[in-house]
Amino acid sequence: MIREPVIAAAADAQPARRPAAAPVLSVRGLTVEFPGEHGRVRAVRGLSYDVAPGEILAIVGESGSGKSVGALAVMGLLPPTAEVRAEGVFFEGRNLLTLGKAEMRALRGGGIGMIFQDPMTALNPVMTVGDQLTEPLRQHLGLRPAQAHARALELLGLVGIPDAEARLAQYPHQFSGGMRQRVMIAIGLACNPRLLIADEPTTALDVTIQAQILELMQGLCRRLGVALVLITHNLGIVARYADRVLVMYGGELMEQGDTATVLRAPRHLYTAGLLASVPVLDGLLTRRLSAIEGTPPNPANLPPGCPFAPRCQHARPACDATPVARPTDVGTLSACHRAAELAAGQVAWRPALRIEALAPASSATPAAPIDDSPLLQVEGLEKHFPARSGFFGRGAGVKAVRDVSLSIRRQETVGVVGESGCGKSTLGRLLLRLEEPTAGRIAFRGQDITHLGANALRDFRRQAQVVFQDPFSSLNPRQRTADVIAEPMRVHKLRTTAADARAEADRLLALVGLRPDHAERFAHQLSGGQRQRVAIARALAMQPQFILCDEAVSALDVSVQAQIVNLLADLQERLHLSYLFIGHDLAVVRQIATRVVVMYLGRVVEIADRDAFYSDPAHPYSQLLMSAVPDVVGGRARTVIPIRGEPPSPSAPPSGCAFRTRCPQVMSACAEQVPPLVTVRPGQQVACLRHT
Amino acid sequence: MFKLLLHRIGHLLFTLWAVATLIFCMLRVLPGDPVQFKYISDGGSISAEQLQVQRARFGYDQPLLVQYGRWIGGLTRLDLGISVWSENPISQEISQRFGITLQIALVALLIGLVMALPLGVLGALTRGTWLDQLIRVVTVTGQSIPSFWMAMLVILALLSLTGWIPSIQEVSFAEKPLEHLAQLFFPALVVGWRLSSVNARLLRSSMLDVLGQDYVRTAHAKGVPPARVVWRHSLANALLPTVTVIGLEFAGLLGGLVVTEQIFNINGIGRLLIQAISFNDLALVQGLVMLFALIFVTVNFVVDIVYALLDPRVRVH
Repeated sequence: MIREPVIAAAADAQPARRPAAAPVLSVRGLTVEFPGEHGRVRAVRGLSYDVAPGEILAIVGESGSGKSVGALAVMGLLPPTAEVRAEGVFFEGRNLLTLGKAEMRALRGGGIGMIFQDPMTALNPVMTVGDQLTEPLRQHLGLRPAQAHARALELLGLVGIPDAEARLAQYPHQFSGGMRQRVMIAIGLACNPRLLIADEPTTALDVTIQAQILELMQGLCRRLGVALVLITHNLGIVARYADRVLVMYGGELMEQGDTATVLRAPRHLYTAGLLASVPVLDGLLTRRLSAIEGTPPNPANLPPGCPFAPRCQHARPACDATPVARPTDVGTLSACHRAAELAAGQVAWRPALRIEALAPASSATPAAPIDDSPLLQVEGLEKHFPARSGFFGRGAGVKAVRDVSLSIRRQETVGVVGESGCGKSTLGRLLLRLEEPTAGRIAFRGQDITHLGANALRDFRRQAQVVFQDPFSSLNPRQRTADVIAEPMRVHKLRTTAADARAEADRLLALVGLRPDHAERFAHQLSGGQRQRVAIARALAMQPQFILCDEAVSALDVSVQAQIVNLLADLQERLHLSYLFIGHDLAVVRQIATRVVVMYLGRVVEIADRDAFYSDPAHPYSQLLMSAVPDVVGGRARTVIPIRGEPPSPSAPPSGCAFRTRCPQVMSACAEQVPPLVTVRPGQQVACLRHT
Repeated sequence: MFKLLLHRIGHLLFTLWAVATLIFCMLRVLPGDPVQFKYISDGGSISAEQLQVQRARFGYDQPLLVQYGRWIGGLTRLDLGISVWSENPISQEISQRFGITLQIALVALLIGLVMALPLGVLGALTRGTWLDQLIRVVTVTGQSIPSFWMAMLVILALLSLTGWIPSIQEVSFAEKPLEHLAQLFFPALVVGWRLSSVNARLLRSSMLDVLGQDYVRTAHAKGVPPARVVWRHSLANALLPTVTVIGLEFAGLLGGLVVTEQIFNINGIGRLLIQAISFNDLALVQGLVMLFALIFVTVNFVVDIVYALLDPRVRVH
């Protein structure tokens, strides 16, 4: 391990549960296969695990790991084409696979509840929330309408939704994302289940809402004695909330055991590699992340034996044998063929990087800009979206960006963090002049580009490029990779002949780590990470000086994220690029940014140098964000600052400081004036009245 | 909701005005003089002074703007002028024939919905099986057969199978209710069949889409019985596109009625339109097209309201 994880014992840690009682759920040898175009797709192979009553088990995996399919198989919710085989899937002693349809339906929503990922689409838009909540109550518990209504009120109170009586008559679109997920939790818990399965319940939510929801779920499960199977790809969530963890890869169980133990002493090379590649908030910061090479496997095309072998640094011919989960020296289960050697320290996961990449990063290292004149300068930027003008209605407009000033120097990365509605994406689009500002000034290399027209902007467009979040939708599905990269060159007449353009495209592909044979492929034939590399190559085709990375790694698997972050850092050094990196993951931003800007409801609330920000965030909102992010290293050590309420609507921001409605340090003066940005320490500016 | 209503009514009125103006201009652009046509079309003749008198009688000698003003003003009072051909007030001609057409149209709409619902839902639920294929054949056929051909097929089938067709003379509901309904039913069936085919295919695909949605998965995860998942959770959502399309398809329904009335010899406004066109009766054509436009716009207005009732997201503007 490169870093020594610092895990302090948390004061509220639950004692290790000795399963005295029989497990609530016992899965033995679960295998799920689908018929595919080119043979069978093996989504899950030989999965076995137990869940004790009241315990929180996290199932961690990347795409193709089979974690969601496994859960759906337990619930019997897979499509009829799926072939599910197992020695048994036992819920409280009954084998679910042998139950009839009616019996299974009685369990679903009754004994076992399930919560899905996307709260925006998980509720029926044409039924009231009350109807959807009372439906399982009437069906499984046989309650009469009045009784069901009373219980529904109780449930909404349990999950923290105020004004329950009125809410029951409302429709899902009148709830925010976090509220809808609370409703889903209420539905899941409605009939007093003994087991709750949550499939990525917070992935679609903001960080602070995520923390609220997870705290709620953990609290409820402890109080009510409900076992929780939490499926996630986020190791931080695992570290903070789970009692036990199960790591899956390529449909197989890799490692299983007590969370603290697995994180401290992984006995599978995949777990070790994953832990090494995750960016962290606390702890040693290295110049590059230790990424796992390659991409997660395609379930239609799995190698024999251990699915991780193709990417493993220590794979041997023996790894072609089918992995079997065996007990380890620390009390966990591992399916790694070299677990014993890992335990003895004879093999270890090492970063495949240059030694100097391991050196601690500091503000003085090459991330320091070449010259001091700002590449991009923004002053007093405002962007208002007017209300939708209707025949008879006038809604409130949205002030997406309010009075934002910042500057970006050459070879500098400015990270922008904030939650939905904070205006960070709009800010990015303004900087690229994809939108025209309502007020304020933008200067690029000294030239005022605030109100230039399309033709005048052409030169600017060549020098400022963008990489978007979703690599799939940002590439034209009908263009081959070579054409995707060559097209901007043709448009800007940088390369006049097709052969020239093609040669340059090949060069760029190599620069981003792709092979020449990738040039002939279409977007759908590449993996997520590869597509994002193509998007980066396309951005580089113009030889730009500035690249906007709008959540550029958010849609990627954890093990691929590290590769792309490293790539961006490499390219910055080599090509002297500047980045504006918009992200919601504070740990990723820490890895790549030299300065951090925090936005809330359109305003900048803090600008700080990276080290100053992460060691001591000054603004209450920054502190809230930092505490809400569950970190792998340090797990439960950092206390969670309780977060009140929901973010206000961007069309009706509170007067004065917009954060005052949720601020734990609010004063009466906060409602009266908008706090100005003041320098608290060298390299750290805050907009908070407590610091004036 | 009230704002929505006002909004829609405003649209409706504007559309009607625009259609009225467009019709007026289009008909005035056509060559030929309707009054002259009336007198010389059968080989007759009329002197120039007589023509002038007749034209003044029907108001065609006035400047265009005055004619336009009278037209729009007349619309608001439901006075559509006088038919050159029959020399009766147009509103009278229309009101005599409107009732039967309206009844047929409504029954056709009903048939269109009632037949489409089971076909569409069944097609979605049995997707890929032989039943689905069969339904697909039936609906595609229904959609492809022109209404006049289907009308003739229906008449032939009735004659050869039962030796009976509904009476040619119009029978009112008061005198012989069953006879009246029989007269209505067959033209409505012909027109409604096509509508139901289109709806069934749309409903099937929309239902398939809905069944794949997350909230249906949630319903299954709550242990809701499959029948209830279809009827309570999915159908309302699946009907939304169908309801919208009905408004648009209604135009086709009206068009189909024009031809079908001719074949079944129903004395409705569809037939009247054909006659008005063949007699080059500008004013009558004008009035009838306005009527069709009004019906169409009203149906779409109702569709909008129904949509808002079905989908709560639309209500909050």
